[in-house]
Formats: sequence, structure tokens, C-alpha cells
Amino acid sequence: MRIHCPHCGPRGHDEFVHHGDAVPQRPQTDATDAAFHDYVYLRDNPAGLYRELWFHAAGCHSWLIVERDTRTHEIRSVTFARGDA
Amino acid sequence: MRYSAFRLFTEALRGNRGWQPAWRDAAPRPAYEAVIVGGGGHGLATAYYLAKVHGLRDIAVLEKGWIGGGNIGRNTTIIRSNYLLPGNTPFYEWSLKLWEGLEQEINYNAMVSQRGVLNLHHNDAQRDANVRRGNAMRLQGVDAELLDAQDVRRMLPFLDFDNARFPIRGGLLQPRGGTVRHDAVAWGYARAADRLGVDIIQNCEVTGFRIQGGAVTGVETTRGPIAARKVGLACAGHSSRVAALAGLKLPIESHVLQAFVTEGLKPLIPGVITFGAGHFYISQSDKGGLVFGGDIDGYNSYAQRGNLATVEDVCEGGMALMPMIGRARLLRSWGGVMDMSMDGSPIIDHTPVEGLYLNAGWCYGGFKATPGSGWCFAHLLARDEPHPVAAAYRLDRFAAGRVIDEKGQGPHPNRH
Repeated sequence: MRIHCPHCGPRGHDEFVHHGDAVPQRPQTDATDAAFHDYVYLRDNPAGLYRELWFHAAGCHSWLIVERDTRTHEIRSVTFARGDA
Repeated sequence: MRYSAFRLFTEALRGNRGWQPAWRDAAPRPAYEAVIVGGGGHGLATAYYLAKVHGLRDIAVLEKGWIGGGNIGRNTTIIRSNYLLPGNTPFYEWSLKLWEGLEQEINYNAMVSQRGVLNLHHNDAQRDANVRRGNAMRLQGVDAELLDAQDVRRMLPFLDFDNARFPIRGGLLQPRGGTVRHDAVAWGYARAADRLGVDIIQNCEVTGFRIQGGAVTGVETTRGPIAARKVGLACAGHSSRVAALAGLKLPIESHVLQAFVTEGLKPLIPGVITFGAGHFYISQSDKGGLVFGGDIDGYNSYAQRGNLATVEDVCEGGMALMPMIGRARLLRSWGGVMDMSMDGSPIIDHTPVEGLYLNAGWCYGGFKATPGSGWCFAHLLARDEPHPVAAAYRLDRFAAGRVIDEKGQGPHPNRH
């Protein structure tokens, strides 16, 4: 599997560290325990298109959002996690 | 038909014309008392113990493909109960005890071989961790022996003891651990369950649940609706997908784990060896192939195949442990989809939907747990209360802060 880093170009996936689902957002500090439980532990875990975080550890140290099909490993898009990076 | 040496002998004399199929290819009936979703090892074992121990006769096992086609036939066949935490050890020990009597229980040769599982250590800190684990095991009635480097050298002279980075200092041995022929476990449980009247329905995928007033009343399948008062999910790597059909979101991610086998070799490795400095475990099958594996690939996957970077990593582990493995030719490799839970431990519990029960999150401890998982899930389905040895495997433990995290990795399924 190759990930097309927007900064470094196409690289083998073993240069990157996988950090999981990019969809959950940290709740506000005054949110309920249930909201934090959902954020920390519960996952949609789709069989299909999945938005996930990868860190380019052996490259430019960018955090990336990769859209990938979990059934085929086909990558639809790669963008910087922070839009202005 | 009961299997025995006498039967084998007489059938041989009659040209083996008297053998019958080991289980019926059942068609679904409109209603059952209990339906188990998933015809893998855990689902078949659950159905068997429901019928045998709890006396239920009206049971169906629904399998979307064919039985034994999933993780029960994709693992590295290791059984052991060398766990550290109190929530885990009694469960895996009960499972190992069931393995010890399994073949007589189900009248099927599963080739249960208690050839020992050895976890190596390579430095003082790992030795201390193994001492602690061994003591925890012995306090809970599990067998464990601490070996020093000389003991290991006598047992496994071919290891790379003086490796510059990872010298072998000793290991923790569980003599009662070992290997089992994994396909035979699925077939044996299927046959034994079938003999007790369980319908095993293959090519029957569950596509939805019938839920009324918060209680399950049946399932929708590709072979029509089936009514049931109790429905148990044992879907391994697809737990999230099936549970989502009932509106549930689980603390689980699906990941792929690879396994490998070499060409057949003469007897070389007496038991199971695990490398302590990387993640690598190996044993030798009765056919002679070296069966080994390592880490999961590390990213969510529903593909039953893995990536080359992991193949390289696993083989590097093997080379560091026993360099002669480099001479063996790799015959096959394959992948299975694991339901990796948020703390690395399984879930056997009720769900918020009445009558719907969940058996999931086995990570890559699923094979060794097969009999215990079936036993405890059947107990939960039949009596509506958790079995004492599986009482810690609750779905609400994440919200309640009672996680069972053997490796102390936190809520990151790809690190367990």
C-alpha cells in the first residue's frame, strides 16, 4: 500500500503511523461522561470508505487524513489534517 | 455414527463406503428458540454447549459462507492460558481445561497436543515481567515454570542465544499449552451439535434484525426471515457490521492478522516458541510445516489479506530468533479479520436490545478461547447471567472504567 503524501509524494505505508478514525471529535471539557465514552471508545468501524489519521513519521511529520476503502485498501484521497499546513 | 478405531478398521475392510456426512446441510425453519449468528468456532461451540449443557434443542447456527471458512481456519493453532490479569486468567484456564477433554467430549480427533508454550525473555526487565506473570498464573492454579538460559538451550539448542541485540536469557514455560488442529475444531463441534439436533445453516447471511419494543424477535436473512426469542452474535471480525444492523456501536475496530507456513520439514520444533524482543511466535504442524505469525498489520481492514511490510517484519523476528529459518521456503501466507477491542480483551455480554447477546472483541486470542467462549456464551444465553469466569467481559466496562488491558496500551486497538 502506498500513501500519496501531499508534501513528500507517494511513499510506502510503512513510513507512516496509523492513528485510527479521523471522524470522532473531542467533546468540550464540560460534556457528559457518555459523550467522552463515545469519543474515546466507540467506533463506526465501516467496511468501505473510511476517514483515518496517519502520521508521516519517517518523512515530513505531517498529520494526514486518508480516505481509504477498508475492503480493498484503495485510497481515494489524502489531505493535510490541518487545512493550512 | 460414532467414530472409533474399530469403526475405522471395519470401514477400511468395506472400502470406506459406509461413511456418512458429518452434519446435515439444514434448511432454515421459520422459527427457533435460539439463533446463533456466525458459524465459526465460537458460534458452533456455543450451539453445542447450549444443547448439551443447557438442554436447548431448538437452535440454529447461521453462517454467511461455509463453516470453518473464517478465523477458526486462519489462526496459528496455539492454545494456552498464560495470562496476567485476574479478569482473564480463570477464563482462559477454563478454556484450556475444556481443550484437554474436548476430543472425548465431541468424539472427534482434533489433534490436541499439549507440547508446551515458551515465552522467551531477553533482558532483566522482561525476566521480571515473566516472573510476575508466572507467579500470577500459579496463584490462580495455572501451570508455569521459569527457565534460565541453560534450560532453554537444552530444550531448543538451535536458537540464537548470543544474538548481539537480543540474547536469550530464559523464558516462561506453560507445559500444558500447545496446539490443536484448527479445522477439526469447527468440524468436530459442528458434528457434535448436529447430533444434538442443532440446525447448521450455511450460505445464510443475516441482513437485519426484527426488534419490537426494545426486544429482538428474529432476524432477516438472505434465506428469509427467521423468528427467535434469543439471538447470539459470534461474528468475529464482522461484529461491528452485524451489531450496526441492530443500531449498536461497539468499542471495536477490525484489523487484519497474517499467518504463514513453510514447506514441510522433519521434526524440528518441539513446542510453541514466542520471541520476546519482537512479535513472533512459531510452532511446527504435524505435517511438518513451520507455522508462524506476528503483529497485526496496524490499520483497519476488512480484507482477508495483508501487506508486505508486515511479512518483512514477521520474518525479521524469525531470523533474529532462529537464523536457520532463513533456509526454509515459505509455502503460503493468509490473513484473517480480527475484531480488535479497545482494551485487547473480549466481550461476552447482553446488549441494550433485550434477547440480543454479544460475543466479540477476541482480538487475536480467539482460537484458544473457542471452547471457553462457547461454554460461557451458552451459559449467558440460557440463564441470562454471565458465567463466573467470564464475568469481567462486560460491554459496559469501558464506560465504567473497568478495562482489562493486558498490555497497558490504552484505547488503541492496533497496539493490542
